[in-house]
Amino acid sequence: MYSFDMTSEQKMLVDTVHRYAEKQLRPLLREAEENKDAPKDAIQRGWELGLLPGSIEDQYGGFGEYSAITSALYLEELAWGDVGLSLHLLTPNLFALPISLFGSKKQKETYLPAFCDEDFPKATAAIIEPVYQFDPAELATTAEKDGNEYVINGKKTFVPLAKDAELFLVYANEKGTTQAFIVPADAPGVKVEDRVTMMGAHALAVYNMSFENVRVPKANRLGGLKGIRVNRLLTVSRISLAAMAVGQAKAAYEYALNYAKERVAFGEPIAHRQSIAFMLAEMAIEIESTRLMVWEAAYKFDHREDATRAAYLAKQYADKMVLDVTDGAVQVLGGHGYIREHPVELWLRNGRGFVTWDGLAMA
Amino acid sequence: MPIEFKTPDAIEKQMQQVHIVAENVMRPDSRYLDDHEHERPVKFVNMIWPQMKQMEAANLKAALSRAEAKNGKSVAKNGNGAGAGKPSIANLTLLHMIEELSWGDAGIYLCIPSSALAGAAINAVATPEQLERFLRRFTEGEPKWGAMAMTEPNAGSDTSNIQTTATFDEEANEWVLNGEKIFCTSGKLALEESNGLVVVWATVDKSAGRAGMKPFVVEANTPGVTIAKVEEKLGIRASDTVSIVLNNARIPAENILGDAEVRTGKGNKGFKGAMKTFDASRPMVAASAIGIGRAAFEFTRDTLAKQGVRMVYNKPRWKLTSVQADLLEMEMQLKAAWLLTLEAGALLDAKQDNKLQSSMAKVKAGKAVTHITQKAVELLGPLGYSTELLVEKWMRDAKINDIFEGTGQINTLVVARQILGYTRLELK
Repeated sequence: MYSFDMTSEQKMLVDTVHRYAEKQLRPLLREAEENKDAPKDAIQRGWELGLLPGSIEDQYGGFGEYSAITSALYLEELAWGDVGLSLHLLTPNLFALPISLFGSKKQKETYLPAFCDEDFPKATAAIIEPVYQFDPAELATTAEKDGNEYVINGKKTFVPLAKDAELFLVYANEKGTTQAFIVPADAPGVKVEDRVTMMGAHALAVYNMSFENVRVPKANRLGGLKGIRVNRLLTVSRISLAAMAVGQAKAAYEYALNYAKERVAFGEPIAHRQSIAFMLAEMAIEIESTRLMVWEAAYKFDHREDATRAAYLAKQYADKMVLDVTDGAVQVLGGHGYIREHPVELWLRNGRGFVTWDGLAMA
Repeated sequence: MPIEFKTPDAIEKQMQQVHIVAENVMRPDSRYLDDHEHERPVKFVNMIWPQMKQMEAANLKAALSRAEAKNGKSVAKNGNGAGAGKPSIANLTLLHMIEELSWGDAGIYLCIPSSALAGAAINAVATPEQLERFLRRFTEGEPKWGAMAMTEPNAGSDTSNIQTTATFDEEANEWVLNGEKIFCTSGKLALEESNGLVVVWATVDKSAGRAGMKPFVVEANTPGVTIAKVEEKLGIRASDTVSIVLNNARIPAENILGDAEVRTGKGNKGFKGAMKTFDASRPMVAASAIGIGRAAFEFTRDTLAKQGVRMVYNKPRWKLTSVQADLLEMEMQLKAAWLLTLEAGALLDAKQDNKLQSSMAKVKAGKAVTHITQKAVELLGPLGYSTELLVEKWMRDAKINDIFEGTGQINTLVVARQILGYTRLELK
C-alpha cells in the first residue's frame, strides 16, 4: 500500500524530539553559531533522548532495531531545531552506526556498549578529504596491509569533534575500494590539526586531520574480512542528510510564511501578493515532495530492497531543494533576511552545506 | 497504516495487463492519430470497453448503496472492490491505470469510454433515481462517453463568471439552457457519437454569483444542443475538444444535480461540489502527465544508453556529464511528482481531505512533465525534434497537463491559499 501515517511509537518519538528541538536547540541557535560552540548541557539532554541506543540491538546494550524511516522522522525534527547542534549531537553515530550496521560481531561487542551509556561518547569519523572534487569512492587516503596490520596514510577534513575524540572511524582507499578502519586517537601518527570553520553549522566543530603511517591491527577493519561496500553505507548517510535537509527547509519555510503574513507593505501583508504567496506555495510543494522521496528510500532500506538509487535521488533532490527554500526564505524577508537578527541567513548558509556533507551524518 | 511505499500486488498485476494494451494497442497508433486529428482510436475503445463497463458497474453499485444509505436505509457498505475493513484502493488503482495508459498515448487515453468527469459530478450528489437514469448506460451496450462542460469564452479559471443560464419552465416542468461552452473534452463523443451525456454548469441566478451555479445533465440527442466547433490543438489530437452551443435546450426538471436553491456559504453545494470534483480529478491529470513524462524519460534514457551514456546512482554531482545530470534531473522530477500524486490519491481513498495535496500534485506534475518532455527533445537532437520519433509528440501532449483542470498558476494559488489560510479575497 501507499500510506503516510506514523506508528504511535514513531509519533511519540517525533513529539519528544520536536519538543527537544523547540525548547533546547532553537533558543541556542544564534548563540551557538556566534560562539562556534555547542553548549554541553543541551547536547547532554539530546544524548539522553537515547536516539542512538534506539538503533542498537539489545544484545549490545541498546534497546532497538535500526529503522531508516524512524530515523528520517526524528532527523527532520532535529534539523528543524538547528542543523549545527544536531550534527554535533549525531557525531557519535558516525562511529557507532557503521559498526552496528556493517561491523563484525566482535566489533559490535567491543565497541557498541559504550554508545548505550549516559555519557556522550567521544567518537567520530574521518571520511571527507581536503580536495576540490571529493568522491568517497575514490579516496586519496590509503590503507595498506602489512602483515597483521593496516598502515594508513593521508589527510582528512571536516572531521567532527576530532579534538575530543578517543576513537575514529577512518575511511581509506584499500586497493581501489573504500574501506573503514577503527583508529584510536592515541595511535602513533594520528594528528588532529586546525579547526576548520565552515560557511554554516558553526555549532559543529570540525577539524583537519593527518594520518602518517598509522598502524592498526587488521581486526580493526570494519566488517572484518568481508569489509564494507561504501555505497551501502553512503545510502544510509544520504537518507539521513536528505531528511535533515527537509527539516532545515521546513524551518525556513515556516519562518518566511509567518513573516509574510505579518509584514505589511503597501497597506497589507506581503503574503497577500502572489509574488510572495507563490514562492511560499512552491516551497511547500518542494518540501513535501522531498519528504516523500526520503521516506520512500528509507522504506526500501528498512525492507531490504535496494535503496541505493532511491537514496541517491532523494539526496540529490534534497541538496537543491534545501538551497532553494532557504534562499527563498531570505528573499521573502528582504533586507531583514540579510540581517543576523533573523535566523534565515544562517539557514541559507546551512542549506548550502548539504551538498558537501556526504558521509557527515548518519542516523 | 504505517508509512509504506509499495504498490499493492493487485494493482501490480492489473498494470501488467494495462501495459500490454498501452504498448500494443496504443503506441502503434500514436503517430497516425496525431496526424489524422479527429479520427477515433477505434481499436483501443473496443478493446477497453468491456473492462470499463465492469468498472462503471462497480462504481454505480457503490454509489447506489451510498445514496440509499443517505436516504436513511442502512445498506451493506462499499462496492469499490474492497471488502469490509480493507482500505479502498479504487483511486490508487485508477491513478496507476491512467499513468500506464498515458505512457501508451495520452490523447488516446482521453478517449477512454466512460462516464469520466460527468460520472464524478453525478456520483457526488445524485439521487438513486438519477444514478440509474444517467449512469446505468455506462455499464451496458455500446461504448459511451460522459463529459463536463464548465469553461466558456469568458470564463476559464474564474468559473464563477459563467454566463450560461438555466431557467425553469414551470409549465413544461423543464429547465431551459442557453449559452456557449468551450474546451469540452470528449464532448463530441458524448453527445454525437454515443448515447452519452454532458454535465453542463449553468447559473440559475446571475446576480447570485457562485451561489447560483448548478450542474445539469444534458443527454445526447437533446434538441437545441449543437457541437459548434471541434478544436485543432497542439497535442492530444486523438481526443476531441469541442464548443457546445445551447440554444433553448430543454431538459427534464429532474436533470439538475443537487437542489435548485440559491444558497451562499455552507449550503452552497453547487459551486463547492464543482470544486470538490477537482480534488478527485487533479491527481488523475497529474497521473496522466507522469505517464507521458515516463515515456519520454525512459525512451531518452534507453536511447542514450545505446549511445554509451549510462545512468549512475553513486557518483558525486561533479562527476556527472551534463547529459547524465539532465537525465538525473528528469528522473528526480518524475519521482517527486509521482509520489505527490500517490499521496493525493491515497488520501482520496482514505476519504480524507486532499485539496492541498491534489493541487500540489497537479502543479508539480504539470511543470515537471512540461520540462521533462522538452528536455527529451533537446537531448535527442534533430531526431528528437523529427516526427520519426514520438518524443516531439509527447512534448506537445504533455503541455496540456499544465493547463486543464486548472492551470499550474491556479493550482499554485489554491496551494498558497491553503498554506496561508487565506480566502480568495485575501489572496487574489
